[in-house]
Amino acid sequence: MIISILRSETGTHQNYRLPAGEIPLLSALVYIKETQDTTLTFSAGCRASVCGTCAVRVNGREELACSYKVKPGDVIEPLQYHPVLRDLKVDKNKAKTTLKKGQTWLHSYTEAALTPKEEHLTEKQTDCILCDSCYSACPVFAVNPDFLGPFALTRAYRYSVDKREGEPKSIVDAVQQNGVWDCTLCGECTAVCPKGIDPKMDITMLRAESVKHGHSDPSFSSQSFGTPDFGGGFGFDPNGGF
Amino acid sequence: MVDVLVIGSGGAGLSAALAAKEAGASVLVVGKMYPTNSQTSMAQGGMNAALGNVEEDHVSLHIADTVKSAHGLCDEDMVRQMCADAPKTIEWLETLGMPFSRIEASQSDANQDSSLFTLHSSLKTIAQRQMGGASAKRACYAQDYTGLKLLHTLYDTCLKEGIDFLDEHFMLNLVVPGDTVKGATFLNIRSGEVRQINAKSVVLATGGYGSVYHGFTTNMYGATGDGIAAVLRAGGAVSDMEFIQFHPTALKHSCILVSESARGEGGYLVNEAGERFVDELKPRDEVARAIFSQMKEGQRIFLDVRHLGEAKLMELLPQEVELCKIHEHVDPAKELIPIKPVAHYSMGGIDVDGALEVNGIKGCFAAGECSNAKVHGANRLGGNSLLEITAFGRFAGENAFKHAIYASSKPADDAQRRKDEAEIQALFAQENSESFYTYRERLGELFYEKVGIVRENAQLNEALEEVIAIQVAQKQMGISDKSQSNNQNLVEFLEFKNALLLAPAIISAAIARDESRGAHFKVGFEEESDAFKKHIVLQWKKETA
Repeated sequence: MIISILRSETGTHQNYRLPAGEIPLLSALVYIKETQDTTLTFSAGCRASVCGTCAVRVNGREELACSYKVKPGDVIEPLQYHPVLRDLKVDKNKAKTTLKKGQTWLHSYTEAALTPKEEHLTEKQTDCILCDSCYSACPVFAVNPDFLGPFALTRAYRYSVDKREGEPKSIVDAVQQNGVWDCTLCGECTAVCPKGIDPKMDITMLRAESVKHGHSDPSFSSQSFGTPDFGGGFGFDPNGGF
Repeated sequence: MVDVLVIGSGGAGLSAALAAKEAGASVLVVGKMYPTNSQTSMAQGGMNAALGNVEEDHVSLHIADTVKSAHGLCDEDMVRQMCADAPKTIEWLETLGMPFSRIEASQSDANQDSSLFTLHSSLKTIAQRQMGGASAKRACYAQDYTGLKLLHTLYDTCLKEGIDFLDEHFMLNLVVPGDTVKGATFLNIRSGEVRQINAKSVVLATGGYGSVYHGFTTNMYGATGDGIAAVLRAGGAVSDMEFIQFHPTALKHSCILVSESARGEGGYLVNEAGERFVDELKPRDEVARAIFSQMKEGQRIFLDVRHLGEAKLMELLPQEVELCKIHEHVDPAKELIPIKPVAHYSMGGIDVDGALEVNGIKGCFAAGECSNAKVHGANRLGGNSLLEITAFGRFAGENAFKHAIYASSKPADDAQRRKDEAEIQALFAQENSESFYTYRERLGELFYEKVGIVRENAQLNEALEEVIAIQVAQKQMGISDKSQSNNQNLVEFLEFKNALLLAPAIISAAIARDESRGAHFKVGFEEESDAFKKHIVLQWKKETA
């Protein structure tokens, strides 16, 4: 089987031959590095879909290399919207700064004994492994590089509705600019998340939280439609929010 | 000059950084990857604390279970401290927003240890599950993602507290000009530069050495004991290196971990005939040996969780179900899961004192799997490692800050940096007629076969000879990627060199220990011997200048 990998040095796709058989892409990359080309560069960690290190694009779609089963003719490329450091290895620092800007942490602890139902409310959101797949798949970054992006907004949502958070407003306030209203609700993030998280829904919910705390869709108000938006009014419009 | 330099950005490193910062220190966390990439994310089952939420439990029982499992090789004071700190540690995590799995308040009743009454009542709904070797349901968990969620909660808090991170810096050596640490040298993986970071005190939180068993371990690729090797090179002590825990249930073909909680929740171990052959909830060393002896008889071994039902599996073990489907092509709700025991955790490591300060290097502290704080002894209990990294991570951070207060702020000269820079440059020029990747694989196989679950002196001696041969051959194993920047080939070679440096330390300690104790089992010496109720400590003689 032959697969093709985008090399940063030449800017072209290079073909590699693999033995037939069903193996994870990460095993294929390791095999190539060990036996054919030690210069092929990629990031890897746990092999078990939980460390978030090895996300790449396969045929234009984000995948964890450790869980994707490689197929003949696959085209492997680095994540989008991340500076490429070498081959499939990208710089994730900028994406991670969105967590800081979004202040995605518990701001002020308030004692509250959570029930199983309250824990389940954001159980899925806390499965996030920060693999950056959703960031790579998000088309908003093509026009707004300062967008907070799906994983940061999911995390903001998760803390904002935690019953132990005494100041949910301060989280909501931090995601207004380049945040909840800039999303087009296209759902690409949801489609690629390897942990089955639904950032699109989280952002929709975070819009509702925003309205509850006195915010409104800036594009909506600038167009003077008058009444407040209860979350996602412009959602289906791909240009909404710009 | 930074007060506290934390090396390693997993759960222990982040806990140390937060505690040091809280105490008033300036802190820098340096890691070879990004913080959330660390192996802490792979811990699944839970974190022990005698909260007594589900059934009666006491700190004293937690201590007794831990001491029993350690087979006489623990420091009981350290065990007492860790177990007593556990409820407070859970409380601390609760205040950071850790998403623990929960029970209804009505299910949680008067089981609480009265000595814990000062704790937040919000802890009462934290769910707790059974782990092997535990006398009560003691492990607090977040589905089977406990490590992941712990790590991310700590990371979010580090961002909140403004902790500085330096990612993608590979530690080369500690800077120890006299008897006190003055910082460390690093390879900037991105640029290829060697730099020295000066610090008043250092916390090593660099993880274990399970990846010496390359290809036969649940550990991530980078678990090569980098910090432990650096301590040896700097003249510090390491101990109990022969004690390596084999996890009974890794997926047979990929060595990916299936959490002990699968058995804690009621899963069975069965052979081809469908017979159960061991009490699944015994400590890991006993269960691993029982599986190994069945395999020796030619049996294939399986984990059976079918009777738990799909709904319960998805509630309690969602990650396992997914991993079994991806890597083993089985649906645990309907099929048996093929498993084998593989290397999982290194009990041994950097020899530290009661303050977690490295024996032989002042001002240098060690926490987490790299450290031998002597709480696990000859066999670690499931649920005690997440506890150790958090409780002792914080303790190391606090102590590092205390050391920094009185430490000299005069930085060391750059002799170590220049030496390390020259060594890296020499690696680029080194002959590379032999691929170190081949030897990395060979080393893993060798260790699994001859330094594995059941050991024999003859095989250990063969293994030692072969390791020495590999060390000799290392001169022909350079790097073939000559890029200065982002050279993963170079990083992997440096990791392999660290693993290879630790290999003889592990084997020689195993040879010396003519007895069986916990995870170390030797044919011909199947009983515990009082003569060996001691730690085997190794330290290199310091080069005389």
